[in-house]
Amino acid sequence: MFNFFNLGKIFEISSKSTKYVFVVFIIVLTIGLTEALFLSPEDYKQSHSVRIMYVHVPAAWMALGIFSIIAFLSVGTFIFKNKKFFLISKSLAPSGFIFNIIALITGSIWGKPTWGTWWAWDARITSMLILALFYFMYLLSWRIINNKNNAIKISSLIAIVGAINVPIVKFSVNWWNTLHQGPSLKIMNDTTIHSSMLIPLGIMTAAFALFSLLIFLMKFNTEMIRIKNKGLDRL
Amino acid sequence: MINEIISMNGYGPYVWSAFIFTLVSFASLYLVTKLQLLKEQKKYIVKFGSLSEAKIAVVREQKINKEILLNTVITKI
Repeated sequence: MFNFFNLGKIFEISSKSTKYVFVVFIIVLTIGLTEALFLSPEDYKQSHSVRIMYVHVPAAWMALGIFSIIAFLSVGTFIFKNKKFFLISKSLAPSGFIFNIIALITGSIWGKPTWGTWWAWDARITSMLILALFYFMYLLSWRIINNKNNAIKISSLIAIVGAINVPIVKFSVNWWNTLHQGPSLKIMNDTTIHSSMLIPLGIMTAAFALFSLLIFLMKFNTEMIRIKNKGLDRL
Repeated sequence: MINEIISMNGYGPYVWSAFIFTLVSFASLYLVTKLQLLKEQKKYIVKFGSLSEAKIAVVREQKINKEILLNTVITKI
């Protein structure tokens, strides 16, 4: 199974596509920033501070999405013993962690003019902080554990345990009475965001996803060369 | 007009700092990742250069090694 994951072919594709992804990312980010900062309207309640949403919300979505993928692949690592799964997870983690930090910091900046405080120990914010700690532990496990097999097992375990926190982050605003507002964008129901704000939000989300892909490709190539470097040592 | 864009009804410092923090984070992660990639490529070239002819032939048989070499300076020499 998974023979279609030919490392030589994957490396060829990932190394060639990096520059194209970079160009597309720059274009989409430029359009997104123009829309978010200058063209989108201000909110009738929050005025211009609503513009922070265009970096805060995509960052939070990406952090949650990437951690879910890492947890899913970690389960795959245990079940199928496939080494490519951990390579993908390890390459995804740095961008996920950065998105999580961006979500926390921009959320804090947004909180000051909106709630009058930089930080509140509310369910959504605290669960996002816990997610950042899981990301940190996941990355740290790769740094401090020298034995590769042990590093795979421990990092996978951290991701699987951390996955319990993902639905808590998502539904915290519904389950508890929080300072953080409830979801404005719903997949199953009508969204409460006007299209003039929804379009820039979509473009910025696309830019963030492209950035994640760019970092993933570069990190994946680094890991592959690192493996081959060890192979040359053994020759 | 420019003052209005910068101040954003008094919310400018919050909005601009949020966007600047995001972009600086992006640039930092990109640079760190790029440096790590270049470091590993450099290490690979040094190790490859120290191999004997017979070992080079073995290494070149693997497609991934060819691709790594294609993406590094060695092909330009």
